[in-house]
Parts: sequence; C-alpha cells; structure tokens
Amino acid sequence: MMNIIEELEQSAMRTDLPEFRPGDAVSVHYKIKEGDRERIQVFEGVVIAKKGGGVRETFIVRKVSYGVGVERIFPVHTPLIQMIEVKKQGKVRRAKLYYLRGLSKKASRIKERTVFDKKIKENNQSE
Amino acid sequence: MIEGLIGRKIGMTELFLDDGTVVVATVIKAGPCFVVQKRNMERDGYEAVQLGFEEIKSQRLTKPFLGHLKKAGIRPLRFLREFRVGKGNIDDYKTGDLVKADIFKDGDIVDVSGTSKGKGFAGVMKRHGFAGQPDSHGGMSHRKPGSIGQHSYPARVWKGIRMPGHMGAERVTMQGVRVVKVDNEKDLVMVKGSVPGPDGGMVIIKHTTKGRLESAV
Repeated sequence: MMNIIEELEQSAMRTDLPEFRPGDAVSVHYKIKEGDRERIQVFEGVVIAKKGGGVRETFIVRKVSYGVGVERIFPVHTPLIQMIEVKKQGKVRRAKLYYLRGLSKKASRIKERTVFDKKIKENNQSE
Repeated sequence: MIEGLIGRKIGMTELFLDDGTVVVATVIKAGPCFVVQKRNMERDGYEAVQLGFEEIKSQRLTKPFLGHLKKAGIRPLRFLREFRVGKGNIDDYKTGDLVKADIFKDGDIVDVSGTSKGKGFAGVMKRHGFAGQPDSHGGMSHRKPGSIGQHSYPARVWKGIRMPGHMGAERVTMQGVRVVKVDNEKDLVMVKGSVPGPDGGMVIIKHTTKGRLESAV
C-alpha cells in the first residue's frame, strides 16, 4: 500500500543535482516566470539548513545583499531549479546555521572544508 | 458516461506541477471495477450499473454473495456499489465490463466519499467546535458545554441540542475536489487535498454533482 506512494515520490525525485551540505556556498539557478517570459535567476549564498526528506526536502540559502540579509527556501526536487553549483564546501559543526543571522559579515565567514577532510572520510568509509 | 467508481485511499504526498507549484495530494487506487449487474427501467424503475471492486479469496465471501457474482461470471470481489450512468447510456455497459480510472482526466472536479476516522466518544468542543470555558480564574468547568436550555418553560431540553457523543466513523463526502493527475497504467487518481477516512480505506469517486468549476479547491 505504502510503496505506491514511495514509488511515486521516487520517480519525482531529481538525481542530477550535486550533493551539498549546510555551510556550503552554492549558486542556485532558478527559473522564474514573468507573464509568459521565462528567465533564469541566480541566487548565490550559504546553505544554512536542510529540512524534510524525500520529495519534500527543502533547503535555505542565505546571502547578504546591500547590507540586508536575504534568505530563500527552495524545494530540492522542484523542476524549477535548473542547476546548483557548489562554490565552496564549508566546514561547520551544526546542521542548522541559524546563528549566522545574528553575526556580522566578517564573523559569519565559514572555513572551507578541505580535500584532506574528504579523503579521511572516504578512507573511513572504505574500511 | 458512468458517474464514478470505487477505489481505495492509498495515502498523501506532494506533487510538482509542470509550472513548478507544489500540490498536496491524496493518491487513490481507483478501480479497475467490474460491471456486476445492471438495473433497468422495466424491472427496477431506474437505470444504473452495479460495480464490484477488489478481488479476494472466495472463502472470504458468503455463498449468496458468491452466487450473485457467479451469475455475472466474475471472480470474487470485496465491494459492490451502484452508480448511475446518465439517461440512455445503460446499453453502453455489459455485465463483466471493466470500468477504469480513465473515466476521469486531469483537472476534473469530483466528489469523494469515504468513512471518516472514528474519534470515539467525543466532548462538545471537539465534536461541535464549542468554545469551552476559561482554564483559569477559579472556574471548575473547562470543556463543558454550559447551559443546555431555559427554565420552568419549557422545563425540558429541546430536541437536537448538540451534546457529547460518538464522533467520526460515518460517511463523509468531500464535494468539489480537483483531480490533479490520473495514472491510467497504475489505476491511480490523485486529487488535491485530503479525503475522508484512513489510508487503505474504501472511497467512492464520482463526477461532481455541482457545476462549480471555478470555486473548486
């Protein structure tokens, strides 16, 4: 009974997007409809949270634009996302980076996760 | 055209439409149903077809039920319900015919009936939406109904006063529900919003009796 739903959700999920985590700097290429014109808007910022699972998964991207913090919530599996570029992989110790909202631009910089970290992770997985 | 068919509520999920909007939808396994019997003008005084849904083991059914299905030459089925077919259309259907989800199409407005989830013996706040009384400031009634009538006239409680009692587990019909998507291969009908009853419950989907295409959810 339940697996009909799982099947439906599975088929609606996107597999073409790169993996990313909270703390990563990404740019999201998002289709926007204005009347009957369609254009791509690029939203660039830091992923501060991922929520939900399956087709319902969403993520929040935060950026500071002209001194004003702007956050957008995107569904991961929406057909409106044309592409996600992972610009930087951040090294953070939280799953939800809501604390960045209260920090200045300088204080909200995130250290980069190096390839070295990844190698260790890969080694751990293979063992 | 037959007005509807029998199905089972599978559960709810989210769907993406082509324009990217997200719709919360209920997935219903609708049909395939078999025409078990026909009602006609001379014998019954009205025209309709009796549909059967969902195959089961024959030992789960009573002998009279099995005999009824055998007459139509159909395998054992769990549910039987009657549906109208519209004047003059009765000859389009023969016993043994299949009725499938393709009687609906994307964007149709339907009515969905089911048996609501039972809530047991429920108080007046849950059952009738009463406001209740203050939780603090010394009162000792919190979820009680308050007054149920007047004084020495009429010296009784009027009939029909809303009181606590059994709630749910009754037939409920959602009218004006929009069909988001029909999957003819898997016999699935996805409708916007919720539908009465638990996952796995039997539901009846019919083309709407109201012509309100615009105001439908």
